Amino acid sequence: MSARDEIFANIRRSLGVKGNETIRKQIVQDRLERAPRGVIPTRGQVSGEERIALFKTMAEASLATVTEVSSAADVPQSIALFLRDHNLPATLRMGDDLRLKAMPWGETTLEISHGPSEGGDLNAVSHAFGGVAETGTLAMISGPENPSTLNFLPDNHIIVVSAKDIASDYESVWNRVRFAFGKGSMPRTVNWITGPSRSGDIEQTLLLGAHGPRRLHVVVVREQ
Amino acid sequence: MNVHSTSPQFKQNAARALHDAQLQKALNNVKQGFIDKRKAAADKLPEFEALRDSARDIKNHTLEHLDLYLEAYESKVKASGGHVHFARNAEEAREIILEICREADAKTVTKGKSMISEEIGINHYLEANGIRPIETDLGEYIIQLRNELPSHIIAPAVHLNATQVEQDFRRVHTHLDAKRDLSEPVQLLTEARAVLRERFLAADVGITGANFLVAETGTSIIVTNEGNGDLTQILPKTHIVLASLEKLVPTLEDASQLLRVLARSATGQEMSVYTTFSTGPRRSGDADGPENYHVVLIDNGRSSMLGTSFEEMLRCIRCGACMNHCPVYHAVGGHAYGWVYPGPMGAVLTPSLIGVDQAGHLPNASTFCGRCESVCPVRIPLPKLMRHWREREFERHLTPASVRSGLSFWGFFAKRPALYRLATRAAMAGLAFAGRQRGRFTWLPFSKGWTKYRDFPAPQGETFQARWQRERKGKTA
Amino acid sequence: MRPSVGFAAVKLLEDAGCIVEAPVQTCCGQPAYNSGDRGTSKDLAMRMIETFKDFDYVVAPSGSCAGTIRKHYPELFEDDPNWRTKADALASKTYELTSFLVDVLGVTQVDAAFDGTVTYHDSCSSLRELHVKKQPRKLLASVKGLTLVEMTDSDVCCGFGGTFAVKYSDISGAIVDAKARNVDATHAPTLLAGDLGCLMNMAGKLSRDGKPIAVRHVAEVLAGMTDEPAIGLAKDVGRK
Repeated sequence: MSARDEIFANIRRSLGVKGNETIRKQIVQDRLERAPRGVIPTRGQVSGEERIALFKTMAEASLATVTEVSSAADVPQSIALFLRDHNLPATLRMGDDLRLKAMPWGETTLEISHGPSEGGDLNAVSHAFGGVAETGTLAMISGPENPSTLNFLPDNHIIVVSAKDIASDYESVWNRVRFAFGKGSMPRTVNWITGPSRSGDIEQTLLLGAHGPRRLHVVVVREQ
Repeated sequence: MNVHSTSPQFKQNAARALHDAQLQKALNNVKQGFIDKRKAAADKLPEFEALRDSARDIKNHTLEHLDLYLEAYESKVKASGGHVHFARNAEEAREIILEICREADAKTVTKGKSMISEEIGINHYLEANGIRPIETDLGEYIIQLRNELPSHIIAPAVHLNATQVEQDFRRVHTHLDAKRDLSEPVQLLTEARAVLRERFLAADVGITGANFLVAETGTSIIVTNEGNGDLTQILPKTHIVLASLEKLVPTLEDASQLLRVLARSATGQEMSVYTTFSTGPRRSGDADGPENYHVVLIDNGRSSMLGTSFEEMLRCIRCGACMNHCPVYHAVGGHAYGWVYPGPMGAVLTPSLIGVDQAGHLPNASTFCGRCESVCPVRIPLPKLMRHWREREFERHLTPASVRSGLSFWGFFAKRPALYRLATRAAMAGLAFAGRQRGRFTWLPFSKGWTKYRDFPAPQGETFQARWQRERKGKTA
Repeated sequence: MRPSVGFAAVKLLEDAGCIVEAPVQTCCGQPAYNSGDRGTSKDLAMRMIETFKDFDYVVAPSGSCAGTIRKHYPELFEDDPNWRTKADALASKTYELTSFLVDVLGVTQVDAAFDGTVTYHDSCSSLRELHVKKQPRKLLASVKGLTLVEMTDSDVCCGFGGTFAVKYSDISGAIVDAKARNVDATHAPTLLAGDLGCLMNMAGKLSRDGKPIAVRHVAEVLAGMTDEPAIGLAKDVGRK
């Protein structure tokens, strides 16, 4: 018997499953179809300004920095300012995200490069698929638009998120993922990011910038 | 063959740990930090207790339908272009992993933190076959340099102090300036980051564990704070996920429920920094990500735990809260337990995986204080399950003879009230008389364990029942 | 060991208007239960169930005895519906002393005086099996002249654990050492708790370390019955 078959046989024997499994199969099918939400914390169940404010508070609690701009056109200047304020070089790497590409980077002196990171980039910008107010978390989706390497290799990671994409809870983000990719399908990688990289492995002292970015900066775009 | 165990020598291990000054200093870091942070996070979320119930129920439901969810998961992984391998035990898992590494012509393999990889001892196996495994979680990296097992399931190097890490880095990173300053933890971190960055970029295969597997989508989930797990899986050409069978959950919603209790219970964070959902290899047009995606599903004893009283242990999500709150773990640390999984969860799981004859001490080395159960995010009744192991040991006559004979001696009287009354009266009177001068004993026969560390208080002399009979029954009779 | 604890409990119950009886009994069986000897445990549990079947309530001045009956007797008879019903009946009417006084009888104060500062250790069984935390503190607050100072980690195990203290004496010794330091750090001359096992362990450690701290069962103080020497003392020579 193959390992697979023996494992399944052993599971069924241990569970006492024999013969007709119609009901069990129905229960499983039903759960996979319905995907019940369970207990959703009320904390995130706010809307409008309150939700944006909660997102900001929670993201900052995770040691990210957050700034707001009133339109996408203001993003390049805001990022240029952030880099200058932190004495960081005026370079920026990004993927092929159309929203980012449409921004007026030419109005800044930033040196822009495109494509995934190969490890040498200090600064990168990505566009989030969405945000979650409950914990100040950003949801990133892999693809040519926003390569996953940009989330992890640069020292300073800047994430742009549209205010309208900031949801109350993770479940709302999953609904959008299903709408975009089809029920039961996923992009290669979804990254939830909550703050900059850290480690407490040496004497349980919190240190930022373990392997991923030392800084996480979030730019919330308010326009609809 | 699983990784070698020193669990039979638990008592000696513990005695050594209690006299290890470095260890005792390091353990102080566990005692308060984790506990306070978890409590603050739980207090901040009014739904936390309801989420614990929800988490327990999700795991129970999944385990009861594990065969079906596994099938669903397997077909989804395949549909997304990934491969699923089944391994009955550690040997099979190691062979499968080696085969995949050979196919990838791998020279070096980066690794994210994975307890199942410790369980199957993959690192030594790969090394013996000419492939270099590199642990990338900072704590795991440190203990790999020391050739040690993790002493904690989420803080593998918690038994070490910064000065010890400095010594290891100086010993191993010989290409760096010998006069460099490493006196601050942040300098150690920065050095490890730089050394490991090159390894990440050069690795041929990346191996991660999985915190959860999602049946709905064929997704594997890892949770880290460092980002090492992500660099491990997106940079090399091949990503191997190692997971034991019980990591499965039905849907993304179910995973989200469990994620809400995981970080809060583990480190007291609202959410870990990086929660990564991976499904299959890179898609056409993707600019990065692995070209090959393999999942190795490992049984290694789990399927036999289903349907037994130890099934509840399969709910464990490896948060470490039980050991963070355990007075025994605080006293002796994780290595004393002698195998991969320490603390209360190890005391229940280890006998299931390597046999109670090997790990019999572990479920006995508990005061049953119940603090572990009180913080377990999936409400595993850990003391009850340790007691079940004690019952198995008693049935199989593995309980030490001294304990057995003491129990049967005491039981003989306890089942005979009249005799019990006489015996306790005699014992109390005798002890009280002998101890009347000082009120305590510094030594008593058959009580060496007790009197080694503390006195034995002398009783008052009479039993409650005797005095009750004398004072009350005398009046009414 | 210490009949004065039982008599203190009786006084508290009678002051609250209860009629108290103490039928002939041996042990709830916890030592056997925790050692894996299910047979002996069941035997002893059946005796207890029979002995107490006609009483309205069963009250123990011990969290671990009450916890065994309340939480574990039903588990012992999981596969025996007949005895399970009986075990449930006993479990639901069994209480730890201070929780019975406060939660069932609604007692808000006791008629006792104690001149001094005390610190209180939460026994694990009381705290985590029976959720006893506020009850003893509420009653202690009503004792005239008494001041309660909390120790660090009052809710952490003292390292007793029944046979654990003997089987794993090195570890138990380390745990009670930490407890003794926390007790000592309060500078309270008196340590109270609601379980004789913990009390014996802590008293034995404190006396071994030469700490002149009087260790008593909380019931003795609540009943105003502190004439007997503290645990492990020939006569009361506690820190004043």
